[in-house]
Amino acid sequence: MNPILESQLLTNRRHFFGKTATGLGIPALAHLLTSEAPASEDDILAAAQKIAPKAKRVVYLFQNGAPSHLELFDHKPQLAKLHGEKVPESYMEGKRFSTMSAAADKRRLLAPLEPFKQHGQSGATVSSLMPYTAKIADELCFIKSMHTEQVNHAPAINFFLSGFQLASRPTMGAWLSYGLGSMNENLPTFVAMTSISKGSSCGQIFYDSYWSSGFLPSRHQGVKLRAGESPVLYLKNPKGINPTLRRHMLDGIASLNEAKHASVGDPEIQTRIAQYEMAYRMQTSVPELADISGESKSTLDLYGPGVHEPGSFARNCLLARRLLERGTRYVQLMHAGWDQHNSLTTELYKQCRDTDQPSAGLVQDLKQRGLLDDTLVIWGGEFGRTPFLQGDINNRPKWGRDHHPYTFSIWMAGGGIKPGMTYGESDDIGFNVAKDPVHVHDFHATLLHLLGVDHEKLTYKFQGRHYRLTDVHGHIVKPILA
Amino acid sequence: MIRILTTLQLALVLACQAESIGFNSHIRPLLSDHCFACHGFDPAAREADLRLDTPEGAFANRKDGHGIVPGNPEKSLIWKRIISTDPDDVMPPADHHLKLDKAEKKLIHQWIQEGAKYEEHWTFIPVKKPSISDPDLHPIDSLVTDKLKSLDRKLSPSAKKETLIRRLSFDLRGLPPTPEELTAFQNDTSPQAWDTLVDTFLADPAFGERFAWPWLDAARYADSNGFQGDRERTMWPWRDWVVEAINKNLPYDDFTVWQIAGDLLPNPTHEQILATGFLRNHAINGEGGSIPEENRVNYVFDMAETVGTVWMGLTFNCCRCHDHKYDPLSQKDYYSLTAFFNQTPVNGGGGDPQTKPVIPVPSKQSLAQEKDLSAQVRKTKAELKTLETTLAPGQADWEKKQNPAKAEWSPLVAKSLTATDKGLKFQTLPDQSSLVTGSNPNKVSFNFTAPLSEDPITALRLDALRHPSMTKGGIARSDSGNFVLTEIEAYLIRKGEQKKRLTLERPSATFEQGSLKVTNAIDGSPHTGWAILNGKSVDRDHAALFHLTHPFQPTAEDEIEVILKHDSQHKHHFLGRFKLSTSSSKSPSLETGDRSLRDTLAIPVEKRTPAQRTRITSTYLNDQPAYQKLTTKLSSFEKQISDLKKSAPRVMVMADQKDRRKTYILAVGSYEARGEEVEAATPNILPPLTSDKPLTRLDLARWLVAPNNPLTSRVTVNRLWQELFGIGLIKSPEDLGVQSEIPVHPALLDWLAADFMETSWDFKKLIKTIVTSQVYQQSSTVDSLTRERDPENRLLARAPRYRLPSWMIRDQALALSDLLVRDLGGSPVKPYQPPGLWSEATFGKKKYTPGTGNDLRRRSIYTFWRRIAAPPMIFDNAKRENCEVRGYHTNSPLHALATLNDPHYLEAARSLAYRSHQINPTSPLETAFQIITSRKPTTEESKIITSMHDKSRTHFEQNPDHIQKLLATGELPISEKINHLTQAALTSTILPLLNTDETLTKE
Repeated sequence: MNPILESQLLTNRRHFFGKTATGLGIPALAHLLTSEAPASEDDILAAAQKIAPKAKRVVYLFQNGAPSHLELFDHKPQLAKLHGEKVPESYMEGKRFSTMSAAADKRRLLAPLEPFKQHGQSGATVSSLMPYTAKIADELCFIKSMHTEQVNHAPAINFFLSGFQLASRPTMGAWLSYGLGSMNENLPTFVAMTSISKGSSCGQIFYDSYWSSGFLPSRHQGVKLRAGESPVLYLKNPKGINPTLRRHMLDGIASLNEAKHASVGDPEIQTRIAQYEMAYRMQTSVPELADISGESKSTLDLYGPGVHEPGSFARNCLLARRLLERGTRYVQLMHAGWDQHNSLTTELYKQCRDTDQPSAGLVQDLKQRGLLDDTLVIWGGEFGRTPFLQGDINNRPKWGRDHHPYTFSIWMAGGGIKPGMTYGESDDIGFNVAKDPVHVHDFHATLLHLLGVDHEKLTYKFQGRHYRLTDVHGHIVKPILA
Repeated sequence: MIRILTTLQLALVLACQAESIGFNSHIRPLLSDHCFACHGFDPAAREADLRLDTPEGAFANRKDGHGIVPGNPEKSLIWKRIISTDPDDVMPPADHHLKLDKAEKKLIHQWIQEGAKYEEHWTFIPVKKPSISDPDLHPIDSLVTDKLKSLDRKLSPSAKKETLIRRLSFDLRGLPPTPEELTAFQNDTSPQAWDTLVDTFLADPAFGERFAWPWLDAARYADSNGFQGDRERTMWPWRDWVVEAINKNLPYDDFTVWQIAGDLLPNPTHEQILATGFLRNHAINGEGGSIPEENRVNYVFDMAETVGTVWMGLTFNCCRCHDHKYDPLSQKDYYSLTAFFNQTPVNGGGGDPQTKPVIPVPSKQSLAQEKDLSAQVRKTKAELKTLETTLAPGQADWEKKQNPAKAEWSPLVAKSLTATDKGLKFQTLPDQSSLVTGSNPNKVSFNFTAPLSEDPITALRLDALRHPSMTKGGIARSDSGNFVLTEIEAYLIRKGEQKKRLTLERPSATFEQGSLKVTNAIDGSPHTGWAILNGKSVDRDHAALFHLTHPFQPTAEDEIEVILKHDSQHKHHFLGRFKLSTSSSKSPSLETGDRSLRDTLAIPVEKRTPAQRTRITSTYLNDQPAYQKLTTKLSSFEKQISDLKKSAPRVMVMADQKDRRKTYILAVGSYEARGEEVEAATPNILPPLTSDKPLTRLDLARWLVAPNNPLTSRVTVNRLWQELFGIGLIKSPEDLGVQSEIPVHPALLDWLAADFMETSWDFKKLIKTIVTSQVYQQSSTVDSLTRERDPENRLLARAPRYRLPSWMIRDQALALSDLLVRDLGGSPVKPYQPPGLWSEATFGKKKYTPGTGNDLRRRSIYTFWRRIAAPPMIFDNAKRENCEVRGYHTNSPLHALATLNDPHYLEAARSLAYRSHQINPTSPLETAFQIITSRKPTTEESKIITSMHDKSRTHFEQNPDHIQKLLATGELPISEKINHLTQAALTSTILPLLNTDETLTKE
């Protein structure tokens, strides 16, 4: 959207508010948290939304640090056969790796650590490291031919989340907030949560840029919910101010602002009143969201024992469901600890233990509540890991795999995705894509399409250019659509 | 929709009726939006070989006709395609997301009909000062009213005095006016009252802090590197330089040249080099596994793009991968610009937050300390001189008392002395001992060789001596001054023979520390050693004696090699001063003295060489307690000076390496995809910069501020306008290129740009010019029709009204409550912040510990800026990841939560409650209101406030346990001068007053 249209849109919303609202009505929130707004006022947003949406909400279970596709979903018997052999040169041509990889002549192939089996009607291959995910294989669509352009964590994560390797562009959640607006006036449209397995030594830092609004107005930025008592910064009243006193205060602010509005007529003052009211409502809605005491034992059990620990991946999965059912558009969970350069034989097991059951539990919980049909669930990291070993082949406790952008696996489920299928293939040792490559831009195009948004038309004008999530690329991966 | 015409459309509609079509004002935006992506500057993206951004391209004879036939739209291919109804034929193509509407098509038709005259994009044309139609008016007022008249509009009346002073105070100082300033201004009825006020505020040091803020945003200033690790850096002396430079009104051309190329100026001053820290403020990636060259290239990109945004207002980043789609900037232009910055010795490796080149910047305080210490050094030296004279007569007596029989050790005089650490240096002292200086490695070995005399050798002696430059005046630069000698080895080097190990045995020492016995030094194990600590500090010299298993008689030219190893796990535990000697005695002892001194003493006074005399005098003097006391003092002063110098913050600055690094076009911006080699050059579309020598950053910097440069002055005044009016004369301060809007007031922008250059880039004068205009002093209150017609106030028929930036909101709260500490500069401080933020962002590696006292109440500009977890109370601000120059004015509920619940505001409310009660015990809230808003409350407002206060008071009467809880927030002590209930009721009424729209807004 260009700035002129943007300002017209805002002006119109404000105007509408000014005429219709006598108190603290919902329309004012359009400006604050982009309520499901009369987007028809705006050419671009309208043009971008001519596709029937299959999904209304998204939950992205981002596996920060890059899980090994070769250990989890991409079964390569040939790799087991070639264990200890050098990587054939033909695979390596022109490839770049992080500077942590050893010299090329030392690169020896490493067999998958655990056996694979086929599961469900669809016969998807899943490692025994992921027993819960294996059980719901028929709900999932595995993409085994993902590839990206970045070999280091922060750039690759930025690329996956915003379509650009440097921290400066809007992330997916911000684009969706901008393009589709909010479905609940009491909660943010875009929420991020982070977790890391206890005792993990290979966690990557979570940068604010992972839920940034980039050049979009900052109200589209993801709100990071923190673990513990104050999930939103400054959410709690200071000591000595209880809700009654706070209500008095806000009434006073509103009265003074109304008086000011009467004398100067600036509609921004009404926006300010709504802003403070929304803050007040969040003080109730966010703790209510975080309070899981009403969840049944059977529901909690779905997510596994970690659900009882605030800040765990399992707890975050449960909170994600609570957010989604309350109308949050986009939830981004990020779990760190997958960067196993020298700890595959130990830390990989921990990561699987901490993420497998909660991820599968979330899919099942959404399904049993009828939310899976229009909620898109995504599970995956920023790249894969090398088929060759990092470390000494004789020192098993220190085995690792390096960063690998040339092929890796993710899974998707729900909202418009064909369940029980596998798309794309890597070559016989999981080194390069062999069939049906899916680039990160294609993934973005597909995601927007599922939400009823044309990725070529959802644009924002900044620095003289109309920007898109998919930049100038991206093809919808049609075979995976239901 | 139609009703809410933007000013641009308004201007267009009106212009259509009045004047002929202008390419820049009317046609270029249309072509740019609809055509240039495929028919523009970028040859790679060009379709059908048709180029519409130049007349040559558009008028060219093609096999299917002419793209444009001037004067004849019907014969022009583009017109035919625009009006085509065939979906395969119509332009822009059916799938293009923007469509030309009727009015726009009409404009294109009329333009072609009038001859299709092209103009260069207006910001690339040199600035020419527009004439002023009414010389009696302030030039800004004349230019704005001319425009308004053509639209049948006029300026709004002046704002009230109390509104004006508050507006000016925030704009020039980022702080509210004090009640005293308000009264003085209201009482000043002279015609110069406003001028006087402007001058006062311009002279306030807060002025520099206020205008430094947006500069820090643009310069992506932070106190840490960014990325994983996010190590702390010490760039803050550069930040202080910015504040100071703005305060002393350094002309903007110097401000520019110094920051881009101060290091390349002839005989640059410390200050000019410091200024180049501007370019080095970029994030540094120290992530494990990142590729140094890729990092380095990114740093260079960042510098080039920052300069491109801040001085040229052009979006160069588009050209990393391809020629610009809209602006006449090629990929080659981009890489030629990066070549200016591609010459630093930085290699991109590691994450050192003080990556060289750096300069130390001692604070004024430490400079003063150093000056004091230097004076002490001079004084002590003079005292030593005097003492030498006083002691001189005693030397003969002392010499007589030296017992020749007891001297049996001959010091070895080093021929070579090296260490395994290259940074470590040795210095030989008069007593033949060796003093270690330079680096302080964890572990190190010394290799000592010396010629031997022909006296027999029975034993080796190692003196471990104290020196004031060591820790606590001990023997090493370890934490305690103690050392651990893990091994000593001796070898005989004889000409023509193989080096022979001299085995050592039966060692003894003056002291052994527990199990750290001296035998450990000859046991062949690196894990054991000899140490001497007894108590907390090393208060005497020590020595060890090693017998040779096979005493021998050296021959001429024999040499001895001694290796001293310090491989202990204790860091820095190596000998800081030592002496090696040999003995010929059959029963050598540690008790006995230096034979060479004895030999020297034996020489008659008149036959001694100057060196021998010095040796004896020096030994004599050092034997005198009074003299020793003074030398210790002197060394301590010298050490303090060297410590001060070491502790000075190091600022990363610019320097070019000797060998010019080659610069290449990098395909899709990838560091490894090198294409054509390019030389440093300025963009082709801008005035040329040539030289017979390769161009440098200094050439670039001077070119930016040359009078014929069309961009720098325009870009700068536009940014300043944004600071004062909330929105620039061109809305996109980062982009004045082809895709930017056509300004509503182009003449005003050019007049200001020209005036800025004419007044020798005088920044304060420029500000004064703007704020003394009527346009600036208008009221912001307008009727709803005007607001509806011009919602963003682009016509400037009123003053703007918008939310203050978050940092001003915080500074305001501190100022109003009298808590603000107005100290200038210094290392960053850590005010209140919710616990856990740093820890969460870094997996517990970084912990935030809030400061205390003054550190909690400094201006926000001094708050520690961690790049990966920015201070949360500074919401809605540039992220400081890369250069940002746009203002932020969004409103989110999260902001309201911050200003309602952050302890800063609560403490401020409590302090203001106290302050107001002190001033006006009968109606403190009226006073508080006046302090906050600079005006008296209306009757209605007074009623509201009274009711708020009554409710609060009742609440606390009913909930007395809440009183203490409320008052205990923050570290400010609770005042006992006012009843606690009163304090709580006032505090909880004032906190809302700090949160009203008026308080948060500049109007």
